[in-house]
Amino acid sequence: MAKTHVTMKVNGAEVEGLVEPRTLLVHFIRENLALTGTHIGCETTHCGACTVDIDGMSVKSCTMFAVQAQGSDIMTIEGVANADGSLSALQEGFRMMHGLQCGFCTPGMILRAQRLLKENPSPTEAEIRMGISGNICRCTGYQNIVKAIQYAAAKINGVEFQEAAE
Amino acid sequence: MNDMTPTREQREAKLEGMGCKRKRVEDIRFTQGRGNYVDDVKLPGMLHGDFVRSPHAHARVKSINSEEALKVPGVLAVITAETLKTVNLVWMPTLAGDVQMVLADGKVLFQNQEVAFVVATDRYAADDGINKVVVEYEPLPPLIDPFKALDADAPVLREDLAGKMTGAHGPRKHHNHIFEWTVGDKDLTDAAFRKAEVTIKEMISYHRTHPSPLETCQCVCSFDKIKGELTIWGTFQAPHVIRTVVALIAKIPEHKIHVIAPDIGGGFGNKVGAYPGYICAAVASIVTGKPVKWVEDRIENLTATSFARDYHMTTEIAATREGKVTGLRVHVLADHGAFDACADPSKWPAGFFNIVTGSYDFPTAHLSVDGIYTNKAPGGVAYRCSFRVTEAAYCIERGMDILAQKLGMDPAELRLKNFIKAEQFPYHSALGWEYDSGDYHTAMRKMMETVDYAGLRKEQAEKRAAFKRGETREIMGLGVSFFTEIVGAGPSKNCDILGIAMFDSCEIRMHPTGAGIARVGTKSQGQGHETTWAQIIATEIGIPADDIMVEEGNTDTAPYGLGTYGSRSTPVAGAAIAMAARKIKAKAQMIAAYKLEVHEGDLEWDIDGFRVKGLPEKSMSMKDICWAAYNSVPPGMEPGLEAVSYYDPPNMTYPFGAYICVMNIDVDTGVYKVRRFYALDDCGTRINPMIIEGQVHGGLTEAFAIAMGQEIRYDDEGNVVTGSFMDFFMPTAVETPHWETDFTVTPSPHHPIGAKGVGESPNVGGVPAFSNAVNDAFSFLGSTHIQMPHDFWRNWKAAKNLGVFA
Repeated sequence: MAKTHVTMKVNGAEVEGLVEPRTLLVHFIRENLALTGTHIGCETTHCGACTVDIDGMSVKSCTMFAVQAQGSDIMTIEGVANADGSLSALQEGFRMMHGLQCGFCTPGMILRAQRLLKENPSPTEAEIRMGISGNICRCTGYQNIVKAIQYAAAKINGVEFQEAAE
Repeated sequence: MNDMTPTREQREAKLEGMGCKRKRVEDIRFTQGRGNYVDDVKLPGMLHGDFVRSPHAHARVKSINSEEALKVPGVLAVITAETLKTVNLVWMPTLAGDVQMVLADGKVLFQNQEVAFVVATDRYAADDGINKVVVEYEPLPPLIDPFKALDADAPVLREDLAGKMTGAHGPRKHHNHIFEWTVGDKDLTDAAFRKAEVTIKEMISYHRTHPSPLETCQCVCSFDKIKGELTIWGTFQAPHVIRTVVALIAKIPEHKIHVIAPDIGGGFGNKVGAYPGYICAAVASIVTGKPVKWVEDRIENLTATSFARDYHMTTEIAATREGKVTGLRVHVLADHGAFDACADPSKWPAGFFNIVTGSYDFPTAHLSVDGIYTNKAPGGVAYRCSFRVTEAAYCIERGMDILAQKLGMDPAELRLKNFIKAEQFPYHSALGWEYDSGDYHTAMRKMMETVDYAGLRKEQAEKRAAFKRGETREIMGLGVSFFTEIVGAGPSKNCDILGIAMFDSCEIRMHPTGAGIARVGTKSQGQGHETTWAQIIATEIGIPADDIMVEEGNTDTAPYGLGTYGSRSTPVAGAAIAMAARKIKAKAQMIAAYKLEVHEGDLEWDIDGFRVKGLPEKSMSMKDICWAAYNSVPPGMEPGLEAVSYYDPPNMTYPFGAYICVMNIDVDTGVYKVRRFYALDDCGTRINPMIIEGQVHGGLTEAFAIAMGQEIRYDDEGNVVTGSFMDFFMPTAVETPHWETDFTVTPSPHHPIGAKGVGESPNVGGVPAFSNAVNDAFSFLGSTHIQMPHDFWRNWKAAKNLGVFA
């Protein structure tokens, strides 16, 4: 199949590649760019393990073609940590609040949560739950993921995180 | 001693040992996308394999034509049963004593069964190739309804077993019969029923569901022709067993097989078994001389690998009018699909289902299970449970509620009346298990007090009265469940897989600087072993957990172990870890005695080292002993500080718990709302309370999914109608309830650290709690039992059937 030349910005760096028109973005990211933090879980846009940030939106990269991302600005989990290599507030929140177990959904979950907090810096619990409802977790059961996002929101807003009583 | 000397508490805290909410070391890589899962493995020249699968549930394969497929650019090979026959691999042994087709041999027995394996240069080309393979089928009548499997005119599914009247577990009584398993005293139980003042009988079904870890099953196989060595990276919950199975069936010497289970994206039992994909990828690598990757897609995962449950349990309880149970009789029709590929220890055709007497002191019980073939996917697995304990717990917990209803008793009171008492442990159940320890009454009462059980019942009574007066259309249910699990498979006296005893193992190597590595025979799929195993060692030998690296999953380096499933890691490997650490400590004590010039018996252990009794200033830290182990051991002693333990547990462990679900249901829409869910778990000694809480949350979320909607469903033709996350219920953060967790601690008396295992308890206890809540809500309208899953539609239908509206 004839290949198309694509260029885009991924985690701040200009990248390019030759792909078939049918190549899924997630495969381009994982195979061509060797950024394997973006995972494939369901292939029907339901689980969110493949979530990346494209031009300011959370996008499931398993149902988007690489050619559709031509010229876009993408962030994957590999671009989330702070510039000095330390964990971002969300990454730290997931660790501190035990918001992950097998870690397979975590990159997508963190990318989604990051966009959510950009759109709504102080979400309520219900807003967080709705905000991450496109991302499925099979191990941890969401409660601690919600806490992780609340922890990060508090840290980003410079307020003290108060864990809600059981 | 000066002011800088750390206190005992500070020294203890520094270890981050058992009981500490130590943050997970795994998270550093997982939160940055630096995990290394199987699909991340990329080898030079690697090929990709994919399956042609059957569209029919039951059909004869007339012909397979690969000609056009082989013309597709990038396609290198199409492997069929004919190819596999040349290497004698067309059928493989299952974990349950049956055999399973690797690729369709003459006919197919379930929809999406593997028919041919296309190998190509990339996954897109492989997919192109699949579409060009032409398979001619002659459809046969499918057998979907398990209740018709043993009819005289039921279609013959397994032609390979024609005329075989004996199976792996004794006589077969029909061409679709796999085994009959009976346990208990039939005569005594029948007599109890004859004498009973009250009896109940109900068909309680536990529907077919699926573990569905987010990462599907996958592998990369690489055969090195020069060395004659096969390396397999795979999503394996039991890598050592996979290596042995491969050695047995592929006839490659075991030491020339390297099995590596890297990070695993959830398992839940789905990744215990051996699947055709592994065999085909290995054969393809041998045939092509190149590494071959096989990655299952979600539809394949849901339809072809490892279903769970599908047990239809006719449950009878005999009791006195006062509510004392006197007998339990259960018959199970067990739908095992097309091949009996269930992951159970060899001697247990229906797993540990005979834990079905649950937490209650049944004087007598009798169980019989008929395993049957149907045209459904094979490979029943212990999905987040210890070999069918979820089915057993559901059966007895529903049964007890139904009995309570018949007696007009409160379900919690009925349970308290029949619990095994604390002083009865170790307790011998009527169906043959020895429960190690328990204090059920305390757990149950703590649950009832915490949630104000009496108050909730009062509220329910008021709500029911209001409903009857027509003032509300909402009904309220209280789902009480109390479970006893049986985990820690298991003792070699009664547990093995394919003849390999189910011990587990740990090897610890302490290095001169006081840091070390522990290699363990288990394999975490998210349970956090790298964190918790180090905590056990930290407490046992006084070296900070941060200084212990834990490694699992590489059969070249880890000692032989039976892997992680059935909540067996802490009860079995956790014990092996403690025992290996104690060997380290024993040698350390000899070294310390030599260095301190005292008798060994004059030393006492003090958090992170030994000190001379009565002379606290004369001591030696474990860190210093590590150094001494490499330069000044006692004469005649080998240098070094290493130990290995293979732990064969004397018994299973029996964690338990008291759960309650409070739910409201709108009868006009069937919409439910979980108002409250409280889970009290007793898993014995707690290694990391944070991780235990996380496991409970996760297990409850899966229990919620199963009880309230998740089901693998087939139509009459055997088409799977729930083959993707579009129609297989996956709860999101929106519908998942809030969980309240609590605990009591009753250590296991025979486990070195008293730990029992917890990962599966919330699934085992959670499902009956949800189902009992729904059933309790409807009970005052005259309903005794409504089958799961209790989705909105079924709730609405239940209300309609009960005449709540026209």
